[in-house]
Amino acid sequence: MRNTRDTNLLCELSKPGRRAARLPACDVPVQEIADLLPAEAVAPQPPALPELSEPQIIRHFVNLSTLNMSVDTHFYPLGSCTMKYNPKRNERAAAMTGIADLHPYQPEETLQGMLALLYEMQEYLQEISGLEACSLQPAAGAHGEYTALLVAAAYFRDMNQERTKVLVPDNAHGTNPASAAMAGFQSISVKTTSDGFVDMADLAAKLDDEVAVMMITNPSTLGLFEPHMREIADKVHAVGGLIYLDGANMNAILGISRPGDFGADMQHYNPHKTFSGPHGGGGPGAGPICVTKKLGPYLPAPIVREDGKRYFLDFDMPKSIGQVRSFFGNVGVLVRAYCYIRTHGPDGLRAVSENAVLNANYLLSRVKHILPVPQGNRCMHEFVASAATLKKEKGITAMDVAKRLLDYGFHAPTVYFPLTVPEAMMCEPTESESKETLDAFAEVLFRITEEDAQTLHDAPHTTAVSRPDEVRAARQPVLTWAALAD
Amino acid sequence: MPYLYNTQEDQQAMLAAIGAGSIEELFDTIPAELRFTGELDIPPALSEMELDQHMRELASRNKSASSAVCFLGGGSYDHFVPAVVDVIGSRSEFYTSYTPYQAEASQGNLQVMFEYQSLITELTGMDVSNASLYDGASSAAEAVLMAIASTGRHGKVIVPESLHPEYRLTIETYLENLTTEVVTLKTPGGVIDPDTLAELLDDTVAAVVLQQPNFFGCVEDADAVSKLTKDAGALLIAAFDPISLGILKRPGDYGASIAVAEGHTLGTPMSYGGPYLGILACEKSLVRRMPGRIAGQTVDRRGNTCYVLTMQTREQHIRREKATSNVCTNQGLFALRATVYLAQLGPEGLRETASLCLQKTRYAAEQLCQQERFSLAFAEPTFKEFVIRDAENRVDELLKFALDKGYMAGVPLGRWYPELSDCFLVAVTEKRTKAEIDGLVDVLTHTALKKVQAAMSQIK
Repeated sequence: MRNTRDTNLLCELSKPGRRAARLPACDVPVQEIADLLPAEAVAPQPPALPELSEPQIIRHFVNLSTLNMSVDTHFYPLGSCTMKYNPKRNERAAAMTGIADLHPYQPEETLQGMLALLYEMQEYLQEISGLEACSLQPAAGAHGEYTALLVAAAYFRDMNQERTKVLVPDNAHGTNPASAAMAGFQSISVKTTSDGFVDMADLAAKLDDEVAVMMITNPSTLGLFEPHMREIADKVHAVGGLIYLDGANMNAILGISRPGDFGADMQHYNPHKTFSGPHGGGGPGAGPICVTKKLGPYLPAPIVREDGKRYFLDFDMPKSIGQVRSFFGNVGVLVRAYCYIRTHGPDGLRAVSENAVLNANYLLSRVKHILPVPQGNRCMHEFVASAATLKKEKGITAMDVAKRLLDYGFHAPTVYFPLTVPEAMMCEPTESESKETLDAFAEVLFRITEEDAQTLHDAPHTTAVSRPDEVRAARQPVLTWAALAD
Repeated sequence: MPYLYNTQEDQQAMLAAIGAGSIEELFDTIPAELRFTGELDIPPALSEMELDQHMRELASRNKSASSAVCFLGGGSYDHFVPAVVDVIGSRSEFYTSYTPYQAEASQGNLQVMFEYQSLITELTGMDVSNASLYDGASSAAEAVLMAIASTGRHGKVIVPESLHPEYRLTIETYLENLTTEVVTLKTPGGVIDPDTLAELLDDTVAAVVLQQPNFFGCVEDADAVSKLTKDAGALLIAAFDPISLGILKRPGDYGASIAVAEGHTLGTPMSYGGPYLGILACEKSLVRRMPGRIAGQTVDRRGNTCYVLTMQTREQHIRREKATSNVCTNQGLFALRATVYLAQLGPEGLRETASLCLQKTRYAAEQLCQQERFSLAFAEPTFKEFVIRDAENRVDELLKFALDKGYMAGVPLGRWYPELSDCFLVAVTEKRTKAEIDGLVDVLTHTALKKVQAAMSQIK
C-alpha cells in the first residue's frame, strides 16, 4: 500500500529539536572552539539540515525505494546498459572486513591480499581483451574513454606527431564525442550505412595523418558485429592512427572475439555492465582500460606489479599521463567484477556471452513480428526495434510504448538511441533472464501495439506519477527545496 | 553455470524460433579470422562457497581499520557509518536500478537526487548542486574546466601546494592537452600567503583552487584568498571537507563560486580509495555549465508534484562533443548514502561530529608534541589532521614500528613533498578514543622506540 505521507520532502518532515544520531561524549579535555580556530573561520551555527527521527528516516527512504523499478524487482531490458542480475555473493565479498575498510594510503605490506586481487584483475582484463597493459584507475566508462584518449595524446606527443582529430561513428554513444572534445581533440563524425555499419567511403574520405584515434563500438550500438572491423583497423593504422574500442558491449563477445585480436589498440570495460556490478541508481561504475604494449608506459600511475615476492604499486612511470582521479580506482566495483570473473572461469564467461546472444536473438525473433527491426534478423546481445511504422499508422511513439510497458511491470528499453534509427527501442535482455520472462515481455509488447492510441498517450496509468512536464522542469528549474520557497 | 537459467530444452526451443541450428551459428556474423578460438587464460570457476573462502583468505592478507587503529587521512578517513545508511544503501530498489531515464519508474531515485542536491546546497551555502560526480579530485578538475569556460580565461589556474597533491595531479592531467597552464603556488608556511597569491594573480587567471581545511589539515584564511581572487576577476573554487562544515564557515559564506568535495566521508566506506562521491555545487549563474546529472521538481499530467532529470541540453547524450562534460554514470548510490547520512546526523549531529574531530585532533597533536622529538610542521590551526615533524628524520622506521604495534600512525609526506620527508600526516576522526590516541602517543614516544633501537643495535 502506497504511503505518501512519509515520502514528503525531508525538509517538510523536519521538526526543530528532533534528532536521530547521538554522538558519544568527548573523552578528551574539551577546549573552547574560540581557542582552537580563528573566529573568522567559524560558522555561527551548523548548516540548516533537517531534524528527524530515525524511524522517520527509514520510512521515508524505504517508501521512496518502492517507487523505483530495479533489476531485483523487474525485467529491465535497458539497451546498452546490460542490466543483468547482480550476484549477492559479490555484495557480501565487497563488504568484508579487510576489503571495505582499507585506507588508500596503507603501506603495501598491509595490502598484499588486495593488491593480489587487483593484479589478477589487470591480468584477466588484458587476457579477455587480448591487449598487453591495463589501468584500473578510471571511475566510469566515459572516464575510461577520456583517459585512453589522453594516453593516445601523450603517445603522439612523445612520437612528435601532431594529431588533432578523433573519428566517431554517428551511432556512437554521446560520451565518445564528448570525451574527445574534453581531451582536446576535434571530434569528427563518420557516417554509418542503413545496415548500421561504418560507411567505408566516408571513413576513407575522413582519414588523414591528422587522425589520432578512431573510436568504435563493436558490437555496435545496434547490436551488430562490424563486418569491416579488420579493414577499418588496417586503414586507421595505415595513416598512423589508433583504434579505440568502446567496450560497452563486451557482454556479447567474452571469450568469443578479443578486441586486441580484431585491431583495437585501446579499450575500456564497464564492469558494472559486463561483470555484474550493480548500477546503483546511476553509479558507481568503473572504467578500467587495456592498451597495447607500446601505449602501456603512458597509462595513469600507479599500476600493480609483482616481483615474485610481493605485490607493489609502481609509480615509477615517467611517461605516464599522471592521474585522472584520486587514489587507486573504484576498487569496490572491481572487487565485485573480480568475484564475477572467478565465479565463471573461462567456460562460464563464454557461456555468459553465448546466452546473452541467444536471449537477444530469441527476443528479436519474437519482437520483429510486432515492431520492425530495421537492421535485420540476427543480432549480438541487443537489437534496436523501431516504432516508426506504429507512429505513422496510429500516432503511437516509442515513448508511448515505453511508458505503457511500465504499467505491465516491465522496465522500458532504451528509447530514441541510437539517433540513426527513428523511434528507436533498444532491447538488451541479458543472459540472466529466462525464456518465460522474454515470452511474457513479447506478449505484452504485442498487446500494447493492439491497444488504442489514447491509452498509450496517457500511459503509464499505474505508476505514482505519469508523464512529468519536462519542459517546465527545464524552463523554470526547481533544483533544491530552497527554490520552492522562492 | 551460475546465473544462466535456460534449460537445454529452452535453448532448443529458442534456437528453433530463431531458425538457427546452434548457438554457435548465432556468431556467424563475426568474421572467422576475428574469432578467438582458444580458451581464456583465467582460473576455473569457483562455487559460491569456494569464492567466499577465497575472498576471506585474500581479506585476511590485509590489515585494515578493523585490525589496526587508523590515523590515516589525506582525503580518505575512518569515519563512523550509521547502520541506517547501510540498510538504505542495501535496498535492492536503489542499488540495482539505473540512471532514471524513465522518470515514472524512478521517482525514488529522482526524489533522492533532489534531496541530495538540496542538502548539499544547505551544507555548502551554494545555490545549486549536481547529482554527483566520481570523486573529489575529478570534481575539482571539472570545476576548473567550468571556470575556464565561464570566465573565457584560458591562461592559467592557480593551485596552492596546500591543495591535495592528487587533486593537483588530476587537474594537471585534465589540462595537459588544453592551453591553460597550471601554476603552483608555494605554501612553505602550510597555508596560502595572500601576498604571494596577489603576485600571481592577473587577468589571465581563470580560477584559484582553495582547499579548506587544506591537505595539511590547516585552516586557510579563506576570506582573504576569496577577496584577492574575486578582485582579479577569477573564480574561487573551494575544495571542502563536508564534516568540517559542522563548525567551519561554508564555501558560500566566503564567496566561493564553485564548491567541490570528496564526499565519501558522508557514509561511504574507505574501500581502498573508491568508489567515492564527487560533490560539486556552484553559484546560480554557473548552473548551465555544470557537468553531470541534475534532478528538478515539476508536475505530471495529473498535476502531481514529481521529479525528472533536467537541463539535459548540457549533457553528452544530447549535445555530444558540445556537452559541458562527458560524464554519464556517476555515483548515485553514494549520493543516496550521503543523503541518508546527513538526514541521520542533522545539524546537531554534524556539529558534534565536527567538534569531536576538532577536539581529539588537538588533543593528539598536543600529546605528541610534548615529546621533544615531535613538533607540528605548521603553526596554523588545524581541524581533523595535522603534520608532525620527526626531529630524528626516521619517519619510515617510526611508522613501521607503530604498525607492528597495531597502529596505522600516519601518511608519510615525502612522496609528494621532498622537503617534508621528515614529516607525516596524522588524522583523528570522531571514532578515535582517548585510549587509542594515548596508545598512539605511547608507541611513537622516544621511550617505546628506544627499547627497540637498543635491541636492534645489539643485533647489529
